Formats: sequence, C-alpha cells, structure tokens
Amino acid sequence: MSASEEQAVGAEGHAAEHHELPFWQRYIFSQDHKVIGLQYAFTALCFLLFGFCLMLIMRWQLAFPGRPVPIIGGLLGSANAPGGIMLPEFYNQLGAMHGTIMVFLAVVPLLVGAYGNYIVPLQIGAPDMAFPKLNMASYWCYLPGGLIMLASFFVPGGAANSGWTSYPPLSNIATSGQTWWLVGMVFLITSSLLGSVNFIVTIFQLRAEGLDLMRLPMFVWSQLVTSFLLLLAFPPLEAAGILQLMDRVAGTSFFMPSGLVVSGEVLEVAGGGNPLLWQHLFWFLAHPEVYVLILPAMGIVAEIIANNTRKPLWGYKPMVYSAVFLGFMSFIVWAHHMFLTGMGTAISSFFQTTTMIISVPSVVILSALLISLWGGSIRFNTPMLFALAFLPMFGIGGLTGLPLGLAPSDIHLHDTYYVIGHFHYVVAPGTIFAIFAGIYYWFPKITGRQMSELLGKLHFWPSLIFMNGIFMPMFVQGLAGVSRRLYDGGATYSHAQGVLHWNAFMSMSAFGLLIAQIPFIINLFMSIKWGAKVGSNPWDATTLEWVAAPSPPVAHGNFPELPVVTRGPYEYSPPGTEEGFLPQNAVA
Amino acid sequence: MQIPYTVEPRPDTGLYNAKLGVWLFLASEVMLFGALFSALILLRTGATSWPHGYEVLNVPLATINTMVLITSSVSMVMSWASLRLGDFGKYRKWMSLTFLLGLVFMVIKAVEYAAKFEHHLYPSHDNFMATYFTLTGLHGLHVLGGMIVIAYLLGPGSKMWKTEPERFTNRVEVVGLYWHFVDLVWIFLFPTLYLL
Amino acid sequence: MSGHSAEEIRKETRVYILVFVALAFLTLVTVGVSYLHLSFGAAVGLALFIASIKGSLVAAFFMHLISERKLVYAVLILTVVFFVALILLPLGGYHDRLR
Repeated sequence: MSASEEQAVGAEGHAAEHHELPFWQRYIFSQDHKVIGLQYAFTALCFLLFGFCLMLIMRWQLAFPGRPVPIIGGLLGSANAPGGIMLPEFYNQLGAMHGTIMVFLAVVPLLVGAYGNYIVPLQIGAPDMAFPKLNMASYWCYLPGGLIMLASFFVPGGAANSGWTSYPPLSNIATSGQTWWLVGMVFLITSSLLGSVNFIVTIFQLRAEGLDLMRLPMFVWSQLVTSFLLLLAFPPLEAAGILQLMDRVAGTSFFMPSGLVVSGEVLEVAGGGNPLLWQHLFWFLAHPEVYVLILPAMGIVAEIIANNTRKPLWGYKPMVYSAVFLGFMSFIVWAHHMFLTGMGTAISSFFQTTTMIISVPSVVILSALLISLWGGSIRFNTPMLFALAFLPMFGIGGLTGLPLGLAPSDIHLHDTYYVIGHFHYVVAPGTIFAIFAGIYYWFPKITGRQMSELLGKLHFWPSLIFMNGIFMPMFVQGLAGVSRRLYDGGATYSHAQGVLHWNAFMSMSAFGLLIAQIPFIINLFMSIKWGAKVGSNPWDATTLEWVAAPSPPVAHGNFPELPVVTRGPYEYSPPGTEEGFLPQNAVA
Repeated sequence: MQIPYTVEPRPDTGLYNAKLGVWLFLASEVMLFGALFSALILLRTGATSWPHGYEVLNVPLATINTMVLITSSVSMVMSWASLRLGDFGKYRKWMSLTFLLGLVFMVIKAVEYAAKFEHHLYPSHDNFMATYFTLTGLHGLHVLGGMIVIAYLLGPGSKMWKTEPERFTNRVEVVGLYWHFVDLVWIFLFPTLYLL
Repeated sequence: MSGHSAEEIRKETRVYILVFVALAFLTLVTVGVSYLHLSFGAAVGLALFIASIKGSLVAAFFMHLISERKLVYAVLILTVVFFVALILLPLGGYHDRLR
C-alpha cells in the first residue's frame, strides 16, 4: 500500500513506527488481524488439500481393493503399503487423520481463523481485534498443533488410527501416534480458546459507533455464536484428552474397564474405568463442533445472497434468534451420537427430543435464506453460484440427519455409510462451498483484484456434480447396511454385495473432484498477480468492509477514519436511491 | 493505532476489554474443571469400591493448604486495592505475600505427592488415586501459571505503573480474578477429594 | 473503578477481612463435619452446601461479582447451565442404562 495510506491512519505517531517493523514482525509474528487471517487461510488451505489427498488414497483402496496405489504408492513406505498395496492399519490411519485434519486443521481454522479474523473487525468498524497479541499466539498454537499431527505419520506405528473420535479402550491401547494426536489436540484447543475469547470481546467491545447488535451483519452474528460454542464446549474435550493421556502415559484406568482382554491376555491395569465417559466428554464438544462447522458458513452465504439479490435478507431477526437458539441447544443434544451405547429409553428420549427441537432453527435459517431469493434481481456470479448451491446441499445434509436423530431409525443407520453421507453433505458441498463462495467474494477486498469468472465457473460446475457423485451413493450403501471404517469397503459382507459397485463410482467422482479444483488453484494464484484491478466496493455491497475501507484495507487500523454506522446491514434497493443500495455508514 | 476500551470501560457494556476477556476465560475454566468433576462423579458412581478421602489422603495438610489459598486471595485483592489507593509500595508487599503463599501451597502439595509416591501410591494404583492426582495436578499447574504471571507483575511488568498506572491496575485486577478462581476451584476440590 | 473514593476502597478492604474470617471459619466447619461420618448422601450434600457458600463469598466479594455487569452475569449463567448439563446428563445415562 502507498505511503499516503499508511500516514492516513491518524493514530498518534504509530504510522511512523510501522514503517520500521522488521520482516519477521510484519509477516511472521504479526499482530495485525489481516495478516493473521491470511496466515490461517494459507495454512488451512494446505491442510484442506492434504486431508483431501488422504481421502483420495482411501477411495482408491475402496474402489480397487488390493491394487497398488498409483503414482505415490511407492512413497507411502513399506510399513504402510508394501509394494504400494495399502495395509488395513494404514487405511485406519488415513481415516482417523482425514477426519481430524478436515475438522480441526482445515475447516474451522478457515471459517474462524481466516474468515473470522480477517472480516469481523472490518465488518464491525474496528481497527483490529481486541487482543492482537493473543491473536498472534492463537495462530502460533495452531501451527505447531498441526505440525505435530502431520509428524505423527512418521512415528513407529504411524498416526492415530482409532477414528477421529478416538474411542477407548481401542485408542488407549493404540500405537504411539494416538499420544501425538492428543498432544496436537491440546495445542489446537488452546489456539481455539484464545481465539474465541478474542472474538467475543471484539464483537461486544469494539463495534463502531451506531452499530447496535441488531445491526450486525449475519456473518458477525454467526461468528459470535460460534465463538461461544468453542469457548464452552472445547474444555471438556481438553479434559478428556488429559484423561486419555494419563491412561496412555501414566497407566491410569479412566477409560479402561476391569478385566479387559487384549489378544488373549488380561490387561494389567487397575480397571474400574468407563469407556462411555470418553464418549460423553468427546461428544459434548463434537456436537457443538458441527455447528461451529456450519454457522459461519451460513453467515458467509447470507452476506453473498443479500448482496447478489440486491434485496435485504428476509427474516434477519428470526435468523439471529435462530442462530442463538441453535447455539444454546447444541450443548444438550450430544448423546444422539451414543444411542447404541446401551442408554435406556428415558435418557435416549431426552436426547432425541432435544435433537428434534434443534432442527427447527436450522430450518428457519435455511428457509429465510431461500425466501430471500424471492423477487430478487439475482446476479449469477461465482460467489453466488456457490452460495446458491449451498442451500440444497445443506438441505440434503440436514434432512438426512433426521433419521439419525431419531433413535429407532438410528439403530439401523448408526456407524453406516449413511452417516458419512449425511455429515459430508453438510460439510463438503455445504460448508466448503460456502468457503469457496467467500474466497471469490472477499478476494477483491483482500487483494484489490478480481478473480476470473470463467475459471470460477469451471471450478463450480464440475465440483457440484462430483460432490454429489461421491456422497449420494453413500446413502444407498448405508441403508443397505454397509458399515463405515471398513478397509475393504464392505467386500466381505453378503449384505453389501448389491451396493459394492458404487465404490468405484464414488472414487471416480472423488478423482474428478480433485481435477475440478485445478481451475480454482490456478485462478487463486494467477489473480493475485494478474487479476483485474478493482476499487473498494466492486460488488456494490452495503457492509462496512466494502464501504469504509479501501481494497486492501489500511495496513494498521483498516479505515482511513473509523466509520459511524447509521443503518442496518442490508439496505439494498431502498426506495429513492440512484445507487441501488445504502452503505451502513451512509450519512443519514 | 489504538484499540479502544483497553483502559476505560465501554459505556454500554460497562466493561474494559480485559475484564470481559478474563471472565470468558474463567467460564471456559469452569467447563474444564466441571468436566473433570463430571468424570469423578461418573467413575465413583460406577465403582464397586471407592475409599473415603480421609482414609487415604492427608486432611490436616490439605486444610492448611486451604487456609493458605484463602489467605492468598485476600492478599491478592488487597494488592489491587493498594494500587487503587495509589500505594505502589503496599501493592508490592501484598503481591509478594500472594506469591509466597502460592509457593507454600505448591511445597505442601509436593510433600503430599512425595508421601504418596513413597508408599507406591501412583495414579495407576486405582481410579481414586488417578482422579486425585489428575484433579490436584491440573489445579497445581494453574497455581503455577498464576505464580509466573504474578512474578511478571512484580518484576518487569511493574514498570507499567510509572507509564500507564490505570492500565497496570486493570492488569492486576484481571490477574486477581484468575487467582480467586483458582482458589474457588480448590474450595470445591478440597471437600470432594479429601472429606467425602 | 474510576470514581471510587479512597474512603470507599477502605470500606471494601474491611469487607475483605470479614469475608476472610468467614471463609476460615467455614473451612474449619467443613473439616469438623467430616468427622461426623454422616451417610454418604448427607455428607455430599452438606460438603457441597458449605463449599457453595464459601465459593459464593469469594465470587461475590473478592471477584466483585456482586456489583458486576449484566453481560458478565449472562455469560456466567449460561456457563452454569451447561456445567449442570455436563454433570447431570452423563449420570442420567448411567442410571438409565440397559442391563
């Protein structure tokens, strides 16, 4: 950015100091939320690609069991895949780490660490987050945590292999990679904790003058609720992690029942432990976690829909109340993941009831977004395409959750491919599409350049088709009774024979999805250097990041002068304006 | 570039940033220790046998430790009150006492642990010992963490009193809140582990 | 914080001392009660009751919760609700289990 922009910050002499910051303080240990947001984005996108590749290797094995993995088979090592043919133990590592990496190292760091960090201060008219040093610390806990997770592939016995859910007793007696997983999680949870405190304080305390809570963009509300989920739901998993570390390292029996026999021998532990204790503590986090995975995505989609329909969002207030109610309910539904653990009918009914109740706010939000399209002047640019696709994809994901939340039908569907299909629909063509939408939407703000629409559409259409190609058949397989986490994809089960052929179809779709990302990767890097230059508000949007800050925003402080908010966030096409929209800081 | 409301409270919330921040952090700590309490309750309820705390643990030592922590909470809040009265010297004395009492707590804890280890009572012995060591161990780590921050506020951090006295006073208040919370956890831990 | 006179602060320090005495006393009470070897249920109830009083004193006066802002109260009430859920629901799952 230009020297005049830096001087326009208007702070007491800080502008001059900023010139003097050395490289490592400006870009490595930066305290600027925009730099930190981009650090998160870059790191998390790498993890996203890596997690995706892990799944591709798995899908090769599922489609062509016993055949050497092509191209990289030799690189996997003889401990994992002698002769390039995957061992079941390695398949289990891939499964556990794919889930872990996607949830904890890719999607949440993207939604909260990248989008949250970069956009929230801008949308509330703040010069930065409330605690810039804490923000920096948060990233620098995330990265080591991620590296520890990656390093675990190279220890004897390989990475964690007891599922991303790490159920004991299996995880207690698993190879050393599980200990690395637990240590990595401690780092990641710490990072999340520091971040969530920062977000909540920032949103409550640093809102610009005139920005009442009910004038906040939907994206900011979603981040606020998400941060409360992270703040209060993660600590029990941290506690569980400590307990499992104690079991593995100090020989305690928190999760080890008495008289456990492993490979024909009774384990020499004190016993008296409860494996279900882990499940309760794990799912206490992991259920709110899935709302962490979806709420910011809904926020992104809401912004883009309002902008590209040129109308205010329909049902802003119901959406806000729904998001808050959803956040609250998410804390008391967790044992719907435990219907098959021997819980009685009373407690199962409790959790089934709360689970049914929690579907209501989700439907309200989805419906409001859908109704927002009615009567709109829809612009079908790339961000809008991804945002529109999010709606039916999330709809399928959400609806397929219902038979899982009802205990009787869950008896048949639990731990089958139906579950995998359900949650992937929500996260993959759901959340990840929202993430793509956000990249295409906010790229001009971050870089001052636009991404190519042609490459964007080349990315969108095949991705949509292949996403459905991968995940729709999973419902078919699940209903037929094919269990998840099977190294051979169900080949040895007679009840699976009729649906086995879908494995090859799904895997080919997965490889197709990989190819479909190439236009995106090219677009992303090319546009940074050669994208068409744009001004501060190429989308004619209303929210503060577009109307009060240049593209890119001022290095220290974001705004040439702090904005004053005078109206709501989505005043598109108000009667009597030429421009077709009223910025949130429009002079009244 | 200044972050607003680091010192003076924001009018509508009535809070300065770090005050809200520390209460949020403490809320997460309630969930952390709460999860461990939940674990203890579930394990004890499902156990075929479980000793009474006073049969296994050193109640007199732990009672002294309880008094030590309570006193340290008083000295902590007195150190903050001294700063509000502008008395840096008194602040130093009260804060040093707080540090000292924290140290006494840790020493007594170490003595307790050593005695257990001498009798070969390790965490792996049974779930009573496992929960005792894990709960008091995590609590002890929190005491240690607090002591490190107190040392900073007595040492290099205290320079801020000369340049930004109100901001420094806020820092002491916030650290005090953390310290009281650590005392609060012990107030529940002590009877739960030692007296029941 | 600003706007509190020296006199008010000294009044507060008197409260701190009173609370300290109460806490010390209650500590001795809770230890004394344990020697009565009451039934497990009564012992738990009484111990938690006394601990709650002690904890409330620390929270209300040392942590100044008695004069805190609405936003802090809201966060803490929310936390207590989830804390109670975390304690009670797994226990409920244990008691209502298929045998």
